[in-house]
Amino acid sequence: MLKMDPVVLFFVLGLIAGLARSDLRLPAAVYDFVSIVLLLSIGLKGGVELAREPLASLARPAGAVLALGLVLPLLAYPVLRYAGRLARPDAASVAAHYGSVSAGTFAVAVAYVTARAIPYESYAPLFLVMLEVPAILVGILLARGLSRSTRWLELARELILGRSVLLLLGGLAIGWAAGPTGIVPLDRLFFDLFKGMLAIFLLEMGLIAALHMSDVLRHGAFLVAFGILAPLVFANLGAALGAALGLSLGGVLLLATLAGSASYIAAPAAMRNAVPEANPALSLSASLAVTFPFNIFVGIPLYHRLALWWTGGG
Amino acid sequence: MAMHVRRLLTVVTEASLERALCADLERLGARGWTVTEARGGGHRGQRSSGWEPDANVRIEVICDAGLAAALAEYLRATYSDHYAMVLFVHDVEVLRPDKF
Repeated sequence: MLKMDPVVLFFVLGLIAGLARSDLRLPAAVYDFVSIVLLLSIGLKGGVELAREPLASLARPAGAVLALGLVLPLLAYPVLRYAGRLARPDAASVAAHYGSVSAGTFAVAVAYVTARAIPYESYAPLFLVMLEVPAILVGILLARGLSRSTRWLELARELILGRSVLLLLGGLAIGWAAGPTGIVPLDRLFFDLFKGMLAIFLLEMGLIAALHMSDVLRHGAFLVAFGILAPLVFANLGAALGAALGLSLGGVLLLATLAGSASYIAAPAAMRNAVPEANPALSLSASLAVTFPFNIFVGIPLYHRLALWWTGGG
Repeated sequence: MAMHVRRLLTVVTEASLERALCADLERLGARGWTVTEARGGGHRGQRSSGWEPDANVRIEVICDAGLAAALAEYLRATYSDHYAMVLFVHDVEVLRPDKF
């Protein structure tokens, strides 16, 4: 049995506090600050390492990962629509959430590989950037078709200037420009405190997930099954793509984790505005109260084995 | 001191609507508005003020009676089917009527 990272225990603490209706509450500003630091840390770390690599070599993996982001929601949609009998907007919205990614899950996976000294490609944060937006656009297309009433340009602008893409790309650029020595004065905040920040982030995620637990029960077994099976299938696709791209063990693990993760920040906001008739409780409760905990407790160690198998080490 | 009667339109709704809604207010002729974070509960469940997908905002607009009715009707028709939204209007007295 692989040892559990103590940071995920903070999620358990938040979950228990939330379910027991404790009055523990993190101020919104703290959650915002912690998530901004995490996104910048992930970006900066990738950027510093990128400074050592030729940028042209990134085009192929970046393009392939973007294509994966387009395919995942197309696979999820028919299952949700026909096996799950969800209404079209609901099926499209859940598909967008599961095609898109969770930076929080990625951060836990980065902590996991770092703690075990598993090498991974420095440009892995770029996968997070490439996977976030395409699935959301596909989800809106699935719900709306090529409707003229959808303001696509405005939508794309909001998604690209959304917090996660902006901070990840900004961090990558600053890390790349600063290089390994230039970044040293910022090490303490962004690298040394990473795990502490992640612990506080997970505490808040546990509290939020607890609020959504009752929604999951209301929507029944299908959503729970989907929230566990979709990540398993998608993580396999991510691992297969990672292996085909010749990524290292850590790279395959991270790509599998990203493919298996579901969005709970960018996708809910975008779908709420673009597809208002979709029930937000459905997609959010599946992503947050089923898939996120599944991934951080069971998924990531499982994807580790998967990555070992795909890279021929297991 | 002379006081002047105006209408105060209050909208409590989902934080994700804030940007679109403020753009609507401006387009329809409101000359100013105030947004505060809000939390509460109702038939759409608990709405916190911390985490955006669950967060609420309270938007207040002071204007003349005609515009208040027009804004309320527009917001009701455009958003209230699919979004958590509470709208109410009442009279307020202001000191500087030219601002509203």
